[in-house]
Amino acid sequence: MTFGCARDIVESCGVPRFVFSDFPLGNPTGRPHDPDSQCAIVRLGLDLLVKATAPGTTVVSPYEWSPDHSWKERVFTKAQPFLDPEATGKWLARKEHYRELREQGQI
Amino acid sequence: MSHVRYIDKTREYYKAEGYERSYEWAHFEAIPFTPFAALGKPLAECRVGLVSSGDVVRRDIELPPDDPRRLVYGLPADLPVDRFQSRKAAYDRYATTLEDVDSFLPLTHLHRLAAEGVIGGVAARFQVIASEYSQRKTLTVDAPEILRQMREDGVDVALLAAV
Repeated sequence: MTFGCARDIVESCGVPRFVFSDFPLGNPTGRPHDPDSQCAIVRLGLDLLVKATAPGTTVVSPYEWSPDHSWKERVFTKAQPFLDPEATGKWLARKEHYRELREQGQI
Repeated sequence: MSHVRYIDKTREYYKAEGYERSYEWAHFEAIPFTPFAALGKPLAECRVGLVSSGDVVRRDIELPPDDPRRLVYGLPADLPVDRFQSRKAAYDRYATTLEDVDSFLPLTHLHRLAAEGVIGGVAARFQVIASEYSQRKTLTVDAPEILRQMREDGVDVALLAAV
């Protein structure tokens, strides 16, 4: 049973059971500092685990991040680089290192 | 407003950044599925395992140097969540935070549900999987290791919290 916030990516991949929260990437099991909604989302997942009858079943969490959905328009835009420069550098270094390990047959 | 189309958005974003080849997101025609009834026992008797892609580490011990192989590792699930933190950089840092561990690693809630008898228990370890660009590694290295650890811990059902 998968909890996630990127509906298109998870559904394109295909998972047996999916609880989708229409939240910013980062909080697949509930809004930060909102334990009641977090627990409710976990319960949704356990319920789906038991009741799903077919693969690829998605249940949409009833919780809304905010009445203002403008955060969705700003995701992956030049105004909001997804990774900060340090994280981008690490990511590129990791990719290169991984390629080397693979070429050496270490992974 | 409808949900974010991340596949389209990332394709456009990285193309504008100068990357020529688009990332190929994982896609499978056939999705595995096991009906819950096949377990032959109620959820109240099931041990629940948890997998996180949230780059979770312990706060209370010194971390070993980064292993470039970025292999799956297990961490004890019976510690309070404030002993853990996420080092993940790839999240929407403009709109949210990863300060509240239960918002991406719901251990507190799973333990509570175990105490209430909703689930049989929580596996001794949860697993952390690195976000990888190599689908081959995910399939042939990481997933089998998660399965191995979960079998070792007697896990009946598995949850994945994809950060």
